Amino acid sequence: MLPYPLLTLSLVLMWLLLNGFTPGHLVLGILVAVFASWAMASLRPDKPRLAKWYLLPKLFGIVLYDIVRSNIAVALIILKIGRRSHNPGFLTVELDVENHLAIAVLAVVVTSTPGSAWLEYDSNDRTVLLHVLDLDNEAEWRNTIKNRYEKLLMEIFA
Amino acid sequence: MIHSAADIPVWAAIAVAFFLLVGSGLALIGAIGFLRLPTFYERIHAPTLGTSWGIGGVMLASMIFFTVSSGRLVFHEILIGIFVTVTTPITFMMLARAALHRDRAEGNGNVPDKQNKSQVAQDVLGVNEPGNG
Repeated sequence: MLPYPLLTLSLVLMWLLLNGFTPGHLVLGILVAVFASWAMASLRPDKPRLAKWYLLPKLFGIVLYDIVRSNIAVALIILKIGRRSHNPGFLTVELDVENHLAIAVLAVVVTSTPGSAWLEYDSNDRTVLLHVLDLDNEAEWRNTIKNRYEKLLMEIFA
Repeated sequence: MIHSAADIPVWAAIAVAFFLLVGSGLALIGAIGFLRLPTFYERIHAPTLGTSWGIGGVMLASMIFFTVSSGRLVFHEILIGIFVTVTTPITFMMLARAALHRDRAEGNGNVPDKQNKSQVAQDVLGVNEPGNG
């Protein structure tokens, strides 16, 4: 009946957010969401398995905090307020995480944090090429990606 | 319904003004960086200011203003934030990979070479992988 319950629920919520909460829109939203998730089912995407979903708010909090910090850092670099000039560079990181959804979330996290951009992921040797605006401490960046984000993601999408 | 900006309490006005200024300020700094940074790969970082807390600040300001002035919880702006956050990496990856491809093909700049890297991986791991691409 409902192949993707989370997708259906999010679609209903989105419908209600956009149209305002009325019983009529609730019914219409549920109808649209159910048909949309049936359409999704015919594409047969991988079904995500959330092992420790309760860690998601923690990840969200960490990422929000990091985005604030790196926003300030990049703004200072652009306005040339820092003491030294920045040192841009490429960085290759070997990833252990294999779940496609987890990799996608990691890409979103890295890209939405200003100062680091996800360039390309190679599924052959499971490495990702990043570009960092201020590659002052390469080991620290690697540590951030591996221990701060990847470890948590591997726990969430076990 | 037309909301008058003068009708909202002072604390809300201050919060709205603060978030609007932070958001639009970051978007402006991002635009300046986009103009001033020297290389393509550096320029790609500048607009993320606008797509992270730039949009976030304007979004929060809008949510506070309409929630206070209409007297009910308004937070559908959050959808804009979610969709901007989720779709930005796709554009960035496409632009960056196009630039990488061009730089590798023309051999300019010091971009890391994919071919060599795969070769190294083959030598080290003894992996026999099919042709690149």
